[in-house]
Amino acid sequence: MYYIDPHIHMVSRTTDDYETLAKMGCVAMSEPAFWAGFDRGSVDGFRDYFRQLTTFEPKRAGWYHMQHFTWMCINAKEAENVRLSREVIAMMPEFLDMPGVLGVGEIGLNKNSKNESIVFLEHLDLAAKRSEQILIHTPHLEDKYKGTRMIIDMLCDDRRLDHGRVLVDHVEEHTIRLAIEEGFWAGMTLYPTSKCTPERAVDMVETYGPERLMVNSAGDWGPSKPTAVPDFILAMRRRGHPESLIRKIVYDNPLEFFSQSRNFNFTPPETPATVEG
Amino acid sequence: MPCVLSAPQLLARDFLEIRAKILEVAASLDRIERGDGSVADDPRTAQIRAGLEALSADDGHVERGGRAEQVQLIFSLPYEEGWRRKWNV
Repeated sequence: MYYIDPHIHMVSRTTDDYETLAKMGCVAMSEPAFWAGFDRGSVDGFRDYFRQLTTFEPKRAGWYHMQHFTWMCINAKEAENVRLSREVIAMMPEFLDMPGVLGVGEIGLNKNSKNESIVFLEHLDLAAKRSEQILIHTPHLEDKYKGTRMIIDMLCDDRRLDHGRVLVDHVEEHTIRLAIEEGFWAGMTLYPTSKCTPERAVDMVETYGPERLMVNSAGDWGPSKPTAVPDFILAMRRRGHPESLIRKIVYDNPLEFFSQSRNFNFTPPETPATVEG
Repeated sequence: MPCVLSAPQLLARDFLEIRAKILEVAASLDRIERGDGSVADDPRTAQIRAGLEALSADDGHVERGGRAEQVQLIFSLPYEEGWRRKWNV
C-alpha cells in the first residue's frame, strides 16, 4: 500500500532509510523544522538548516522516487531564547514561498514556559498574516496534557485561524479529543517509550473514527523507527479493518490536509517524478 | 467506529501479551524493592499505584474515556485555568 509519512525528520536519517521507506510503500513525506540535537547560536544557523530542508532533502527523497515537503520554524526547545526566536521568525518569509514548503511548523510547547508561549504566539501571528498552514508539536510525557490544553487555548483565542488548516501532532489518549473536537487535524506519532504504539493508534481510530486523523513516525535523532507507519498498516489489517479505511488514514488524509497549502504540488505514484542526480 | 474483532477474539489474540506485560511490571516492582533504600515517599510510586488501581477497576471506564486515558491523566501535570492572564501573554 502507498502511504505518506506526514511527520518525519529525514535530516537525522541516512540515505539507506530513504531507500527502505521507498521499498515499504512510502511515496511522500513532510518534514517539520525541529531541534538539531543542540541549541543553534545564530539566525544563520537556521538559514543553513532551512536551505538543507528545502534543497538537499527533496533531492535525496527524489533519488528513491519519493516527494519531500517541509515546514519552517524555530522549535519550542530553542524558543527559550526569545531574541534569537524573533530573528528566525523575521527570516522565515525568505523560505515560506519556496516549492514544497507547506507552512509554519512544528511549533508548540516543550516545557510549557512563558517564553515558549510568547514565541508560539508570534509564530501564530506570522502564520495568520500570511495565511500559512500550521503544524503543532505537543509536549512529551507528563507535560503533554497541560501543554496541549495551553496550545489549544492559544489557537482558539486567535480568531484569524482556520482550524481545518492546523495539524495538532503527537496526540495520545488524553489529548486526541481536545484536538478533534475543536476541528483541528490530529496526528498520532508511533514512537518507542514516550508516545504511541501501533496497537494504541488503532484503538484511537476505533474510538474517534478516521476523520482528520493521521499517523506518523517522527523518525529523528532519538530511538525511533522510520518505518512505523507500515507497522500501523499491519496492525490495522490484523484487527480486521478494510484496506479503504487504512488508505484513508495513511494516504488520503495527509493528501487532503496538505492540499490546502499553495506550495503542495504532489505527483501521484502512478506517474513518478523525474529522478534528479 | 466499533472493533471489527469480537471481545473473545481480542482476548484470545492479546492474552499472552497482556500476561507478559503484567509480569514485566511485577518484576520491575520486585527489582525496585530488592534495591537499597526506599521509594515509598517518591511521588512516582504513588503514580504507579494509582495506575494499577485504574487498571483493576471494572466499570465506568468507557464513560471516562477508557483506562488508557485514565492512566495518561494520572501521569500528567495538571492544567491551570487562567494561565494566560497570570503570565500576561
